Amino acid sequence: MNTSAPLDYRSAELTRKFIEQIRHITTQPWNIMEICGGQTHALLQYGIDQLLPPEITLIHGPGCPVCVTSLEAVETALQIAAQPGVIFTTFGDMLRVPGNHQDLFSTRANGADVRVVVSPMDAVGIAQAEPERQVVFFAIGFETTVPSIAASILHAKRNAIANFSILPANVLVPPAIHAILSSPENRVNGFLAAGHVCAVMGYWEYEPIAAQYHTPIVVTGFEPVDLARGIYQTVRQLEEGRCEVENAYSRAVTREGNCTAQALINQVFEPVDRQWRGIGLIPRSGLGLRETYRSFDALERFPVAAHTLVESPLCIAGQVLRGIATPHDCPAFGRECTPGSPLGAPMVSSEGACAAYYRYQRVKP
Amino acid sequence: MCLAIPGKIVEIYERDGTLMSKVDFGGVQQEVCLATTPEAQVGQYVIVHAGFALNLLSAEEAEETLRLLDELDNFNSNDDNSGVAE
Repeated sequence: MNTSAPLDYRSAELTRKFIEQIRHITTQPWNIMEICGGQTHALLQYGIDQLLPPEITLIHGPGCPVCVTSLEAVETALQIAAQPGVIFTTFGDMLRVPGNHQDLFSTRANGADVRVVVSPMDAVGIAQAEPERQVVFFAIGFETTVPSIAASILHAKRNAIANFSILPANVLVPPAIHAILSSPENRVNGFLAAGHVCAVMGYWEYEPIAAQYHTPIVVTGFEPVDLARGIYQTVRQLEEGRCEVENAYSRAVTREGNCTAQALINQVFEPVDRQWRGIGLIPRSGLGLRETYRSFDALERFPVAAHTLVESPLCIAGQVLRGIATPHDCPAFGRECTPGSPLGAPMVSSEGACAAYYRYQRVKP
Repeated sequence: MCLAIPGKIVEIYERDGTLMSKVDFGGVQQEVCLATTPEAQVGQYVIVHAGFALNLLSAEEAEETLRLLDELDNFNSNDDNSGVAE
């Protein structure tokens, strides 16, 4: 093989080689969970789930931050966005996530100034350009996104941009894996760890988890070759009775991760308990602002009324997010619930499992 | 959400005390903050998420998948040979 040519990570031939190897070594049924919603979409988009031997079941994890952002946080966002003088900034994915009766999109239609940004730094830029307005950024996302939010807050502090604040809703992966593996309903045998979370955090945090629950964890990328390789390494560990943390995405991930990014996170944020939509409270699974930076917390600036929370009685998003049901198990899937009129967050997000099934696999294979 | 895209740094500069860069994504150039990768140099590849460089990409490690495939190819041909010998 010519190793000097640049590798095409979407190569069908190389993907097929790994799939053949998986077929070759698989002797019994295994359930493998991909944590990250981006991986869920790529797996379905490239049909990798259908190429695998029937013994291998992929279970879709809770790694879609839009999906797990609590209903309470969404309702709080809607209240803050509706206040006069506020510019509410958000990643585009959050616009259609249903609250009790409204979403950010309809709040904007009712006159609120809701703007989509691709980076929290853009929100800081808006705050700088419009000093008479309050600019709030909806801080969602896993460890991948947190350094950008931490750096934006530090930038705002350094430049005395006092009209910028965030609504903190960030979440962390390792506590979620603990919650899944310690649950009595758990059926996951091995994990694909989310490559870009690990690009920031490294994978040392996962070593005690793999040992404690005797579960292999393989850091995996997002292209078809990466995904097939990650699944192959997980199956090989399971078949050999090993439970280690392996890195199948070493071009972007090291064991230690990005130490500069981690230092920024630790400077600005501290672990807090957090509610996950569809899952419930997971201890120390979120990040809140440290005392020094708490003046950037939108909850300290804006009065928010207590709210009752109303989820759709039809939606089984919670079971989908916990990996105990697939979107096809939901009677509302593709009927009452579509990306055009979603009942639950996983049908909204470009990374939600329901949206992936709707887009790539509307009919049960 | 955790989507991140590789790109090549073409320019590095500072704005209001924060390290910024222009990154080329296959012909499209975007501004990317380097606060989390201050060691990055012009010409290097970074993976970019939400306007920030998460990490530098390692060219040597990119060969790792090919090495593993080579290993599997060798392993299988040994396997096949031993099958024939039996």
